[in-house]
Order: sequence, then C-alpha cells, then structure tokens
Amino acid sequence: MIEVQLGALNADLPPGVEEALDLVAAFDDALAGGLGRLSEQGARAVTCLAAAVAASPLGDRAVEAAEKVATGSVAGEHLTILAGARAALLGAVADALLARLDEALGRSRAPWREAAAGAAAAVPENLLAGARAWLHELAITGWRGVGHDLVAASDQAVETMLAEPALRRPAVLLDGLAAELRASSPVSTMEKLPARRWADLWTRALMLTQPGRLGAGDQGVPVSGRLLILGADVHEHATVVQVQVHGLLEPKEGGEPRLVRTAISATKVDTIVGPAVWGVLGDYPVLLGALARHLSLDLTDMPLLAGGDLLWDEGKAVTGALAAPFATARVQLAGALAPAGPPLDRHPVAIAEPVLVEGYKAAKVDGGIEFRLDGQAITVAADRLPGCGPLTPQLLATSTACLGLLRWDGRWLLQPLAVQSTVKRQPVAAHNGDWALGPTDPKVVKSLARSGDAVAVLRERAGRLLRK
Amino acid sequence: MNADPTAWERRSVTLVVPPVQPRKLAKVPFVELADGRLQGVVSSGSDIGRVYVSFIAAGTHGFSCSTNNNRPCGGLYSSPCKHLHALAAEAIVQYGAGRVARYLRVDGADTVESGHDLIGRLNGGPEQGSAAVVFSRFLRHLSYLELPATSAPVAELHWFPSTGAVR
Repeated sequence: MIEVQLGALNADLPPGVEEALDLVAAFDDALAGGLGRLSEQGARAVTCLAAAVAASPLGDRAVEAAEKVATGSVAGEHLTILAGARAALLGAVADALLARLDEALGRSRAPWREAAAGAAAAVPENLLAGARAWLHELAITGWRGVGHDLVAASDQAVETMLAEPALRRPAVLLDGLAAELRASSPVSTMEKLPARRWADLWTRALMLTQPGRLGAGDQGVPVSGRLLILGADVHEHATVVQVQVHGLLEPKEGGEPRLVRTAISATKVDTIVGPAVWGVLGDYPVLLGALARHLSLDLTDMPLLAGGDLLWDEGKAVTGALAAPFATARVQLAGALAPAGPPLDRHPVAIAEPVLVEGYKAAKVDGGIEFRLDGQAITVAADRLPGCGPLTPQLLATSTACLGLLRWDGRWLLQPLAVQSTVKRQPVAAHNGDWALGPTDPKVVKSLARSGDAVAVLRERAGRLLRK
Repeated sequence: MNADPTAWERRSVTLVVPPVQPRKLAKVPFVELADGRLQGVVSSGSDIGRVYVSFIAAGTHGFSCSTNNNRPCGGLYSSPCKHLHALAAEAIVQYGAGRVARYLRVDGADTVESGHDLIGRLNGGPEQGSAAVVFSRFLRHLSYLELPATSAPVAELHWFPSTGAVR
C-alpha cells in the first residue's frame, strides 16, 4: 500500500455512514436500558431505526415492530425484525466502507453469487428457541439490568448447542457474550458499557438462531491449485480459538490468483492461553506445518464456499515448496481477485483485507503505534497481536515492512500478520503462525514448560471424572 | 448526535474480559470467578479419583469445602482448610491478586499480595453449600476439550481477536 492509496482510504467517510452509525448508536443506548420500558428518547431511537430501512424489504414489518415496541408491547418477532434492521444498516455501512477500500487500493472484487443450497442438515429447532428466549429476555431487561441469574439462564442453551455441530457458530457466540456479561455482573455497577459491541453480538446471535437459517448450508465447489499463505489471523475467547489463514489461490486451470481464507477452530478452556492454544488444533497437521514452515499447499478438490472460504480438509492438501509470505504479497497481492462476503456476514467488523505496507516510519503516539508514509498515517492495531505468536509491539516499532489486514472500527486500522525488521543489523521476519508447531523462542519454550501441559492434565481429569 | 465515532462505547471490538494467565493445573484444575463466588476444584493429595469442591463467597466471605460426593472436608473448621488456601493461591496466579480481591470485596483489595494474605483478610465463616453446582460447572468446563475441532468458518469470532502478546 502506498501513500496515495492510504490517503484515499483516510479521506472523509463515505456518505451516509456517519448518519447510519448514529442511528445504530441511539438504538444501542435504548438496548442498554432495556426495550421493555423505553424512555421517550429510546422510543424515538427504535422508530428512527425502523424508518431507516423503510424502503427495504423489511420496510412495513420494521415500522410495525417499532410501533409495538415503542408502546411497550414487546414480542419476540418484533425484536427479531429490529435486530434485522440494525444488521441491515451495518451491512450497508460495511458495503460502503469496502467499496471505498477497493477504490483506494484498486482491488477488484468478484460479485456475490448465491450458492445452490445443499442438503439441509436437521437442526433441533427447540435449541434455537431456547437461545432466542434468552436473547429476548436480555433485550427486554437491558444490559443495565443483567445480573448473575440472567447470565446463568443461558448455560443450558449454550451447553446443548455446543454439543450440536451444526450450531457451533451461535454456540460459541453466545458463550462469548455470556462470559462477558458474567464477568461484568451486576452490570448496573459498570461505569460505562461496551454498548456497540454487546448490541452487535446480540444482533448476530438473534440472526443466527432464526429457524431455518443454519443447516441448509453452502457445500462449496471443489477447487484445485496452489495455495500461497499470506498470514494467520487468530481469534480467541475463553472457550474457543480460531486460526483464519489468508492466502492466494492460483487456480490449476489458470487465471488470476484469488484471495481466499480458511479457518480452523476448536473449543478450549480459559487456562489454555498463549502458545498452548496450538495444542487444541492438532487435528490439522498439514495446515499447521505449512504455517510454521512457510510452505505452499497443493490443493485437490478442496471445497470453496461462495464467500471465499476454503472448507479445509487435510486429506485434500499436501505441502509443497517454500513460499515466503512477503514474496507472495510483493509479487501477486496487487493483482488478486477478492471475494464478496456472504450478505449476512457483512458488518464493518468482518472487513479484513490483506495488504502489504512498506517504506514507512513507525511512530509511537498516545501509547499506540502508527505507521507513517510521507504525509499519511495508519494506526496499527497493536492490541490485536495474538499471544500464540512471536509478534510484539517492540518488533512493530522497529519494523520496516508489514503484512496485515485492513480493518475498520470507527477508523481504519492495520492489524499486523507479519513484520520484517532489523535486529542487530540482521534482517528478521516474524509471522503470527510461526509457532504453529510449537514456539521457536527458547524463552517462550521455557515458560510454556513451566506451566506444564494444560491439555494433558485436563484430559486426565476428564477421563477420571467425566464418564462416571 | 455528534459523538466521537472512535469512542470506546462505539467500538465493536474491545477487551471486556482480560485474558487469564497460564498456570500449573495439576493441583487445582479449575478456578473461576462466577455466580458471586471464587470457586473451584482441588485434586485430593491422596486419592487420584477424589476432588474437593471449594468456594469463597464475595461480600460475606462465607466459605465451604467438601468432596464431589458432598462429604465435608475433614480439614475445615472455623478457618479455611488447605484446599481453600490452594484455591486462593491459584486464583491469584490465574487472575491476578487485585482482580480476585476486588471480586470478593476484600478490604484494601489493591494491597493483597498472596493467597495467604487474601485468606487472612476474609471475615466470614464456614457456610453450608452444595458442591453439586460447582462440580457440574467443572464437568462442563472439561467437556470443552471433548468437542471436535471444525473447519467451518465462524465469522462471529472477528469480534474476538486474540490479544495476548504482552511479553
């Protein structure tokens, strides 16, 4: 990415974005106090949110739902429609931001094509209904009314949903939200609330637990070719870890390389943190090996979902030759074809576009780091460096090149996936996935050994106590 | 409204629960701050098939320790037993002394340094409590390691970036 591109990205927000976000913020404030007893201001927020989507297919139903909620008669279906309106507004914001990004970077993006629905997996509707009931209760009560009892009421739903593979997405989402509410209970004692965040999670959870929403999934189309890894983005809360690998796929039949992603995830417990998290992903040795050793991967008939995600199958990939991510990015990233995300996943948070930034000066500002390219600057998301990898704020501060993801959360941010830097006059490179087969830094190996093998200890305990 | 769009309240990704520190799990496999208590499970030193379920209530500081079969701990009198000491010490490794002490609402929470120190500042006595709730939370905790891994993308996890790198 060069100065001109950064300048185009940093220009004023696309038209309408600020207004849409203000409507969302007003609704989020209403949700904090509870939709069960709205103030005059809260009622206005709900009405305005519905009015904003009046011209969309949600139109009349949103207006009707807002009227009902504003007058105090709240039913589950009204809450679903309002959540849908909120999701639609943020989806539009995400589309506008991504269009800006594509224009600034000159990135070409394939249009969205709905996949043919595959065979529907049977999803137990009663589990979804249980989760929705809890979400309705939360919305009626409002964040400020949440205490231990209301949080504990989610336990049953989360536990049964986790046991159902088709419901993994809503299950890990609800688990993450419940953990935050539990740690914050009673919420009334909090000075300020993460209002946008919790409303986002609530909205998504309600979308994912709609009947018929999951199950009839995209099965993907088989693709073959060479996958060149750009980097690994690590997601984690107390009970789950996900490694999402970004890469370029060179299709076997030729044509321009395509930006793709693939994700592997596993449930875990809170005491499995830092480099130990790789231990719960041991079912994917081919992908982890390619990450740690910077190898390319040869894919044969790997399913590719419409949104650009490869449905990783270890049996359909073999590791190939060395392929340095920085070299891949320098040569091929600019001409790659990007995918469009699935409509329901569109949200500013889901924007994660691989970019290469070089020739900058790293500067410390307000306790954070920004990269300066002549007259332009981008803030580095230094709080997104995973505990399971070698990247540190110190490495960023002395870096000269960075492979990262462009993100947006109120402003554009650069999330590093890898950096090149000079340490004691020697060029060094560090990537998030370098420790996928175990840490390579002797200090980290030692501290990992000190805390022992958490997975083994807990599996032993589980073996003795769980199946009694 | 002209609120700052980068304000903390208007951010989608922000750290609400600080990540815990890794620790040796052999003696105390499970510790949590939940349901208004510091609670957990301590492995018996003599019988590998037995565990003690211990908790300290926030505010009242009432404490309890019994086996998973609900037999009272033989070492528990008017003061906390060795299992409760172990629980407090490991909780401090996992969460940090300040967070544990504040959760329990101990006087002078920010000056607590060790598990021993924390136990010394409790002003409650033994209280009746069922081990069943805590033990079932422990079993649920263990069950997370029994679930299969998956390669279906979980888009929601973009709200939960890994944030551990402070070395």
